[in-house]
Amino acid sequence: MRLELRGITKRFGALVANDHIDLSIEPGEIHCILGENGAGKTTLMNMLYGLLSIDEGEIVIDGVVQHFTSPRDAMRAGIGMVHQHFMLVPVFTVAENVILGHEQTRFAGHLDMAAARVRVKEIAAQFGFHIDPDARIEDLPVGVQQRVEIIKALALDAQVLVFDEPTAVLTPQETDELMAIMRQLRDSGRAIVFITHKLREVREVADRITVVRLGKVVGSVSPGASDAEMASMMVGRAVELTVVKDPPKLGDAALVVEDVSLADRNHVPVLDHISFTVRRGEILAIAGVQGNGQTELVETLFGMKKDASGVATIDGRNLLGIGAREAIRAGVGFVPEDRQEDGLVGEFTIAENLMLNRSSGPPFVRHGSLQLRFRRKFADQKIREFDVRTPSATTRARQLSGGNQQKVVLARELSRDLRLLIAAQPTRGLDVGSIEFVHQRIIAARDEGVPVVMVSTELDEVTALADRIAVMYRGTIVGIVPPDTPRDVLGLMMAGAPVDGPRQAA
Amino acid sequence: MSTEHSGTDTGRAEREGREDTEGSRKDTEDTDVSGGAGTETAEGSAETVEAASETPDAAPPPPLEAHDLTAELPAAPEPRSARFVRELTNGSAAITVLAIFAALVIGAILIVVTDKSTLDALPYFFARPTDTFKAIGSAVGGGYAALFRGGIYDYSQSSFSGGIESLLHSLSFATPLIAAGIGIGIGFRAAVFNIGGQGQMLAGGAVAGWLAYALPIPAILHIPVAVIAALVGGAVAAGIAGVLKATTGAHEVIVTIMLNYIAFYLLGYLLTNVLKAPGSNNPISRPALQSAIFPGTTGGLNIGFAIVVALTIFASWLMNRSSLGFHFRAVGENPSAAKVAGISVKRVTVIVMIVSGAFVGFAGAYQVLGQTTTGFTNALDAGIGFNAITVALLGRNKPWGIFWAGILFGVFQSGGYTMQAAQGIDIDIVLVIQSVIVLFIAAPPLVRAIFRMPEPGHHRTRKAVHTAAVRTGAAA
Ligand SMILES: Nc1ncnc2c1ncn2[C@@H]1O[C@H](COP(=O)(O)OP(=O)(O)OP(=O)(O)O)[C@@H](O)[C@H]1O
Ligand SMILES: [Mg+2]
Repeated sequence: MRLELRGITKRFGALVANDHIDLSIEPGEIHCILGENGAGKTTLMNMLYGLLSIDEGEIVIDGVVQHFTSPRDAMRAGIGMVHQHFMLVPVFTVAENVILGHEQTRFAGHLDMAAARVRVKEIAAQFGFHIDPDARIEDLPVGVQQRVEIIKALALDAQVLVFDEPTAVLTPQETDELMAIMRQLRDSGRAIVFITHKLREVREVADRITVVRLGKVVGSVSPGASDAEMASMMVGRAVELTVVKDPPKLGDAALVVEDVSLADRNHVPVLDHISFTVRRGEILAIAGVQGNGQTELVETLFGMKKDASGVATIDGRNLLGIGAREAIRAGVGFVPEDRQEDGLVGEFTIAENLMLNRSSGPPFVRHGSLQLRFRRKFADQKIREFDVRTPSATTRARQLSGGNQQKVVLARELSRDLRLLIAAQPTRGLDVGSIEFVHQRIIAARDEGVPVVMVSTELDEVTALADRIAVMYRGTIVGIVPPDTPRDVLGLMMAGAPVDGPRQAA
Repeated sequence: MSTEHSGTDTGRAEREGREDTEGSRKDTEDTDVSGGAGTETAEGSAETVEAASETPDAAPPPPLEAHDLTAELPAAPEPRSARFVRELTNGSAAITVLAIFAALVIGAILIVVTDKSTLDALPYFFARPTDTFKAIGSAVGGGYAALFRGGIYDYSQSSFSGGIESLLHSLSFATPLIAAGIGIGIGFRAAVFNIGGQGQMLAGGAVAGWLAYALPIPAILHIPVAVIAALVGGAVAAGIAGVLKATTGAHEVIVTIMLNYIAFYLLGYLLTNVLKAPGSNNPISRPALQSAIFPGTTGGLNIGFAIVVALTIFASWLMNRSSLGFHFRAVGENPSAAKVAGISVKRVTVIVMIVSGAFVGFAGAYQVLGQTTTGFTNALDAGIGFNAITVALLGRNKPWGIFWAGILFGVFQSGGYTMQAAQGIDIDIVLVIQSVIVLFIAAPPLVRAIFRMPEPGHHRTRKAVHTAAVRTGAAA
């Protein structure tokens, strides 16, 4: 099946999100689409999948012009999509989710679950992975949920599969497995559209690379191109891919964490006697496979876990269980892992989101009244400073592209007077240019003497930014090591292997 | 997946409704005082300017050096008139007008099929069709004329003051609806569902009514004391639900409904045993002292309406310009982000309930001090506590929207009596028409489908995606 997009244009008011995009997608190819945050990649794919209406242009499959008004039409035409946020019903089983919306019924509306189960198993076996058709979605790890999405598309015999930033939430291993599945899909004659910001992944699987910038196709890159070439084509300027930073000017111990423990609802320990200190002017990166307690640790340090035990202080001031309000007052900056859930109010404008955690007093509020003029100026300035791509400061946060949403969160947190910065996955979903910028800002904060705790599942990021690396495994810190620790050692530590004495850099 | 995209899913329809009206919504939001989309009066404030350049569909990216805020206005490429027309065809204003139009058409059909002379003429339709058409014409024309006469201006009166009486009457009906509607709308904005309007009105009304006859003090003090007591009464009644929700997680819908029963029967008990007027056989209190009665015409235009205008202005400021309103909205839109931002969701829940109840409490006060001052019963709420929910939805939970929705309801109520009296149209039909309007307004896609309006189309994905994300709890 040959898919062609001809002259696709999409406008959101004055903003042209897609500007006469031409793209052909061939069977047996992995077609990567690269582009800055807000370049219009997701918008294009949403039109292809019938989620958005097309303003101009047409979608042509094997010479026939298509008119999709809903994903149902697109699916029927053989197009499948794996969203970054999965469209699965958490309380349903795998099999139920796969047939959802396309239920096969025997007489009297009786669902043919047996057939669905068999189908799930068949498809999984075909691509060499295992999946229990009766497992409930909410009990499955993210990587497996994603496979359910893939199976769902394949069950409808999709010939074109679109992956929009599928690896943003995966562990490195899950990413590798996904790449393998993508290759198999390609080899089975299907076409893959793959959107990612991670150049390593592009280099690994792409057969063809198209670059979009500001809604236009600006050209293609050969898969053999270097990272620097790809990055500069994407952003339109040379990008510094390696982080440049001076050696840390270490101050006193600022963040002191001693023996912090936390149990979840079922009394299973999720943080197990964690101790470390971070000095002024130092970045401590917390590495580890997702789900080993990093999320709980940062939330605990931000005062949000009421029943954590132990000691955590910033400049001698207690942090444990004090609540977000007090933590903010104590000067803790917090970049949450899930920006849409915890970082932003989607219905609020950018300007409103920028004042979200300073909404009770000056400078944004005086005498109980919002200072709109100040807010507007502030927002315009931050938008410029952080290069948020938006029509205006009064655009709603949910209308921004993923990366631009992240920039709003960062802009808010980095524009307060900080005594501590806690950043979880600060560059998730950002393009290379923005990552460079965010890294610079984090390093600038550190050089001003702010202690930084950064959680990242990206080893590249960890080694590039960290002054020291703490590796977490099952709620404990396996070891704290210098940033030049070899990757394989870090890998072992992330799997729980303790470090030998001299490496310890605590 | 299929539920995600089915248009019948009400939650989604609601969401879509909100999104579809994006363009005009933003304008109304910050310039609420002007009362509607596209008619914003330039207040000269920063926010008005902001609102003008706010609409993504209309405004260009602001110049990067936005040092002079007013400099942005002339930059708009689209003339104001064009924008106005577009908003009118796509925005909430148009939806509202068309919904009312559609409802009037359906109402006309209902009037016809329930009209006796039309039905009488029908059997000989083929012999003399004109009779049927005449009957239809006079039924519908007469019905809506009566609505106009009773609700807005009675042109059969010789003097202007006699004619306008109808409108003043409508405003009197509208006053408590607006106050209670705003209270409930504020709750909705914060995702708190206050269904306890009845109980809160009874609480506020009873306190005000009691003080009105039991406290012999001069008018200058009497009215403020009674009104403030009513606000407190309503606030306490609602606050109970807020505190229970914040401390135990008890759902406010259940709690407020139960509080309705409690207030109703408790007041019934008090009226038969303690508060009953001497010499009366019915559970009704003594009449209010003259000093407590709202100056003006009782049951017509009195100071109560002025107070409600002031309350609307205050509510508009509260929701759009105050720190507290910002917290309300943040909690309403995304409680987890609000929490991370240091806003206490529990505290906000309690405060929202208290504020909401105070507004509803004023509706109770109006009933006993401005509407029926001859003693109150435990039916003093007159169903307003529930109608206010509809009014709030009709006004899209915005203070000025609710204001106009309340007036529309007042007109219907006042005109409805005339329709019934003059034309013999069942009051039930009038209520059906009201309900149809609300139905249409609550479901913009329906109106758009009927009138084949273009679908604004864009915002769908993100929201759907976001919802799915929330459901699966997948990290962004
Ligand atoms: N519903 C919408 N309403 C208004 N503008 C929108 C909407 N959806 C997207 N946009 C705008 O369109 C542009 C393209 O967004 P899109 O999400 O396609 O970017 P992207 O290339 O996927 O970026 P990212 O890499 O950050 O995910 C952005 O400027 C965004 O703000
Ligand atoms: Mg995207």
